[in-house]
Amino acid sequence: MISYIAKRLAIAVPTLLLLIIVSFLLMHAAPGGPFTQERALPPQVLANLEAKYGLDQPLWKQMANYVWGIVAHFDFGPSFIYKDRTVNEIIAQGFPVTLTYGSLSFLLAVLVGVSLGVAAAIRHNSWLDYLAVGISIGAQVLPNFVMAPILVLVFTLWLRWLPGGGWEGGQWQYIVMPVIALSTSFMASIARITRSSMLEVLNSNHIRTARAKGLPERKVILRHALKPAMLPVISYLGPAFVTMITGSVVVDIYFSTGGIGKAFVDSALNRDYAVMMGVTILVGALTILFNLVVDILYAWIDPKIRY
Amino acid sequence: MVVDTIKMKSLSDRLAAEEVAGRSLWADARHRFLRNKAAVAGLFILILIGLFALFGNYIAAWSNEELDFTVMGQVAELGGPSFENGHYFGTDDLGRDLFARTVQGTRISLMVGIVGSLIAVIVGTLYGATAGYVGGRTDNIMMRTVDILMSIPYMFVLILLLVMFGRSIAMLFIGIGLISWLDMSRIVRGQTLSLKHKEFIEAAQATGVPSFTIIRRHIVPNLLGVVAVYATLLVPLMILTESFISFLGLGVQEPLTSWGALISEGAGTINYGTLWQLAFPLFFFIITLFAFFFVGDGLRDALDPKDR
Repeated sequence: MISYIAKRLAIAVPTLLLLIIVSFLLMHAAPGGPFTQERALPPQVLANLEAKYGLDQPLWKQMANYVWGIVAHFDFGPSFIYKDRTVNEIIAQGFPVTLTYGSLSFLLAVLVGVSLGVAAAIRHNSWLDYLAVGISIGAQVLPNFVMAPILVLVFTLWLRWLPGGGWEGGQWQYIVMPVIALSTSFMASIARITRSSMLEVLNSNHIRTARAKGLPERKVILRHALKPAMLPVISYLGPAFVTMITGSVVVDIYFSTGGIGKAFVDSALNRDYAVMMGVTILVGALTILFNLVVDILYAWIDPKIRY
Repeated sequence: MVVDTIKMKSLSDRLAAEEVAGRSLWADARHRFLRNKAAVAGLFILILIGLFALFGNYIAAWSNEELDFTVMGQVAELGGPSFENGHYFGTDDLGRDLFARTVQGTRISLMVGIVGSLIAVIVGTLYGATAGYVGGRTDNIMMRTVDILMSIPYMFVLILLLVMFGRSIAMLFIGIGLISWLDMSRIVRGQTLSLKHKEFIEAAQATGVPSFTIIRRHIVPNLLGVVAVYATLLVPLMILTESFISFLGLGVQEPLTSWGALISEGAGTINYGTLWQLAFPLFFFIITLFAFFFVGDGLRDALDPKDR
């Protein structure tokens, strides 16, 4: 197990380094520098600015500094647009918000999706099954940027139950719609995957044995069927997590929750490369970390995997 | 009695002839596909959407760039869908005809979906087939590269690309093309591995056919089923990606538009009571995605009847 984790880490670390280097080079290759403005700056001012941000050094040294700053001090450098703020501050402001509604959505999607899928598989071809399948097909074509306006239309404009946006330190009224908008399509996918893998497992020999030896149905499902049925779901969680983080961009914009997605899009529109790269690298690191966790979880659950 | 014998003979001849003619995999698949009601309905909807995208312009009373000054400024009261002033779907908040804009958005979105899917098909198939067929260290390196590329948050990188190198359709295609082939190459590689040890490949090797020709002539045609199914399912994903980017305002730029951009506009103006601005693009978006998913599922079931 430990050697398996070490092997996965041996892939994860270079991937992250590659991501940092590629995004750095991309930034460098982009036409126009961070100080390119409508009116050209006087050369002395430009030289001073470049010296301040270390842009007058050779490329490899800039890159080495940048990578070293991230690896050694977790420091993404200063923002190019907001003169008094560092990328770290901007991320630290938005990240807790994203993490709050992101993890809530993730939990909700997994809990509801798995329960719905299991229920549908146990009551195969009943109204519950059809309902679950119907819901999951319907929700598949409702990505977050479609859900968000529909939710606002229903809950804010028609029913007037919930505020249309804002965060206010994370009071529940402000969390409900972002969480629903973000989790719907994942809930649907998880329910669909759970249902089909559960159906397959329920038809397998070891379940027949468990039933034949007279175990109560509850125990058969929970102890013997659920664990192998979870394998495809777990391998789906990795990509789902990435997509969910991406979806936070839409949530932040539409509900003005002020998370990390807001920082990303603002920086994209301002051409604040430092913030963009900081967010990209942070999300990349999270993605890689999460894929690692999913892989380890998978290896732990599935005895067939040799490591 | 004599007549009967002749009849019976002709019948058995006919049956025998049919038996000999046989049914190819594709004819069989077509038969199964046509029995799948959801898939056929999906295909029908897709044809209608395609016709709408191609010929919608000829029905539209307004062009997509004209401003209707009579409704401008009071869009909520006068800009609703009506046949009298020729705005079948109403107008947007600038007084542009939403019908013409939807036609245009449909064109762009379908084009992005199909082109993205095509890139995935071409690059992913060749890459996956090569990796799977050559095997060994080459395979290892090629698939590790795919693993690494897959763990990059591509949406962020795509946005990064669009911002740094300008927002244009070409850049959008490049960005989408960069990521869309990854899954395809994995699927194709898996399929190639199982094909590789079949007798007909061995026969080709034994007669000295070069590797690339084997991949092109013998491996790829046998992958078509998998590739076709996955490509159909990929189109809606590409449309979703493009819509996401356009929703953020980073995708196609005015005066061009796409479903994502139209939905974004509609979502931004629901407070003013112009619900049709959201409803029409959203309707087209949703039914198209539905149709693609159903057709893809139907194709999969048709080509792989054992997997039910």
